[in-house]
Amino acid sequence: MASEPDPVRGQELFKACIRCHEVGEGAKNKVGPHLDGLIGRAAGSLDGFNYSGALKSAGKDGLVWTAETLDQYITKPREFIKGNRMSYLGMAKTEDRADLIGWLETISRAAPSDDVTPDPASTIVGFAESVLALEGDPAFGEYLSGDCVTCHQVSGNADGIPSIIGIPKDYFVRALFEYKNNIRQNEVMKSRVVNLSNEEIAALAAYFETLQPQ
Amino acid sequence: MTQFNRRQFALLLGGTTAAIAMPSYLRAQQKPRVVVIGGGAGGTTAARYIAKDSKGEIEVTLIDAAEKFTTCFFSNLYLGGYRDFESITHGYDKLESGYGIKKITAYAKSVDKAAKTVTLADGSTVPYDRLVVSPGIDLIFDSIEGYSEEAAEIAPHAWKAGPQTQLLKAKLDAIQDGQQIVMVAPPNPYRCPPGPYERVSMMAHVLKSKGFTNSKIIVLDPKDKFSKQGLFQAGWEKYYPGMVEWYGPDVHGGIKKVDAAAGTVETDLDTFKGELLNIIPKQKAGAIAAEAGLTNDSGFCPIDATSMRSANDPNIFVIGDASIAGAMPKSGFSANSQAKVAAMIIRSELTNSKAFPAKYANTCWSLIETNDGVKVGGQYEPKDGKIEATNNFVSQNGEDEAVRKATYEESEGWYKGITADMFG
Repeated sequence: MASEPDPVRGQELFKACIRCHEVGEGAKNKVGPHLDGLIGRAAGSLDGFNYSGALKSAGKDGLVWTAETLDQYITKPREFIKGNRMSYLGMAKTEDRADLIGWLETISRAAPSDDVTPDPASTIVGFAESVLALEGDPAFGEYLSGDCVTCHQVSGNADGIPSIIGIPKDYFVRALFEYKNNIRQNEVMKSRVVNLSNEEIAALAAYFETLQPQ
Repeated sequence: MTQFNRRQFALLLGGTTAAIAMPSYLRAQQKPRVVVIGGGAGGTTAARYIAKDSKGEIEVTLIDAAEKFTTCFFSNLYLGGYRDFESITHGYDKLESGYGIKKITAYAKSVDKAAKTVTLADGSTVPYDRLVVSPGIDLIFDSIEGYSEEAAEIAPHAWKAGPQTQLLKAKLDAIQDGQQIVMVAPPNPYRCPPGPYERVSMMAHVLKSKGFTNSKIIVLDPKDKFSKQGLFQAGWEKYYPGMVEWYGPDVHGGIKKVDAAAGTVETDLDTFKGELLNIIPKQKAGAIAAEAGLTNDSGFCPIDATSMRSANDPNIFVIGDASIAGAMPKSGFSANSQAKVAAMIIRSELTNSKAFPAKYANTCWSLIETNDGVKVGGQYEPKDGKIEATNNFVSQNGEDEAVRKATYEESEGWYKGITADMFG
């Protein structure tokens, strides 16, 4: 590497990751695992996080996260570990990756929260709270999921469209709420979600939470 | 050691004798049987969902004349050089090994609705309790004077993916700078509304990539407007200036005659000559649909909007391009969506599983040039006996490059998703 990594830029670049990952003091799991203690950790090895089969077997086969392996992974996650469910497409520039990993190496030395269970999405008052309080019917969710799995693969593979398999209910409800309200913007998602009732969203969330990535 | 008394023995013997005398399907029947005709987006999805969700309680048979299926969707990307033929061709092996579906590779010739059997080309019959008919489209060759199945060997339609698509690709790749392509677009209703115009884009992409700026693509359209017209025309102007000329009926006055050997298309206005003619004629439901008495005067099949059940027979469901699905376009996505509704209803009738209200969805992505994808779609529900849109969306002109690139990547993801949903 020609120059030293720039941690300030690294922290800025991490904005691409924060929707799914927390890192630093008191980090918790989100839709992705927390990244504290990442360097030196075997891939897919955090207890209590619902990894894809692909990531777990990569860890069992000896993949350990180091600056070098992370660099390869982040370049094009889907090519480095085929069938993993991280939806991130990749960071093309060597310099960007070096800055990001340089910052991660320092920040990830912090200790995670005692309880890394994801926080509920109740920061969105009203809607999300009332939907989260509903007991969704997974059988109804399975039927409704027909609309989802034409694009989001049931295997948990993410090939240009994010995986939604096994994701926490809170996160799922919040995401659909955000599509409904143009906080997240995607016309296909908005079209699918805009007419869903609260019961239907709860049913879908309950169903997808039960699925295991293959 | 087992010992039979006389009565048990007689019963056993009697049972065996009777079994031999009975038709084979009655003897074997323990489970309800669903037969699916057509191994495309609708048929595979219906077969897979019924087999998967009934967890072995329903015997599912899938009939298609082909060993493998080439998707019409993304076949334009093969023409454009973005994909190889292999990547859009899929086998049925996982449906057989992973879901216990029986695949019969044969042409389904007719349906006996009273006996509830499908007759195959060799005369053998396949019994059903419920039949799903998903044959896609057939082309009405003689809807354009001079066009025929034979003429399609010179002037391909390539509107059913397979050898026709490969023929069109070979002819496209053989075009020299300065030579002309003439496309005749189909009248409504037809499979894949944006398809002809995505194809024009992909042809232009190939010509432009070779620096063939003197070549032209003429589109003769029997319609006065078409799907995503503003998006396509803006794209053609941006990427392929002067290369694409689209003429509606107000300009050409009517398409009169095709001469494949001479390479000409005659219209009221003029006779257009092309080194490559791509003739996409009027369409109707696949032959089995009319043969089975499921079509109306339109050549397509009326259905019940809440279930995709044929209006003409309670035991038959028609899905995909062959059906008259109200506001839904004829697309692979629509067929996949309709298949799930039909599968859910069929399962509820045969195994008393819970039925839910029908909901349908569609999205059609098209590629205009590398990393410039657009989409159109909507959500649908039955309303007053018809399938109607509850919402619609379409890409906008002037979107920034990142949005268009993301749309293209989304379409790639969808292809992986829907083919996994179809073939397991």
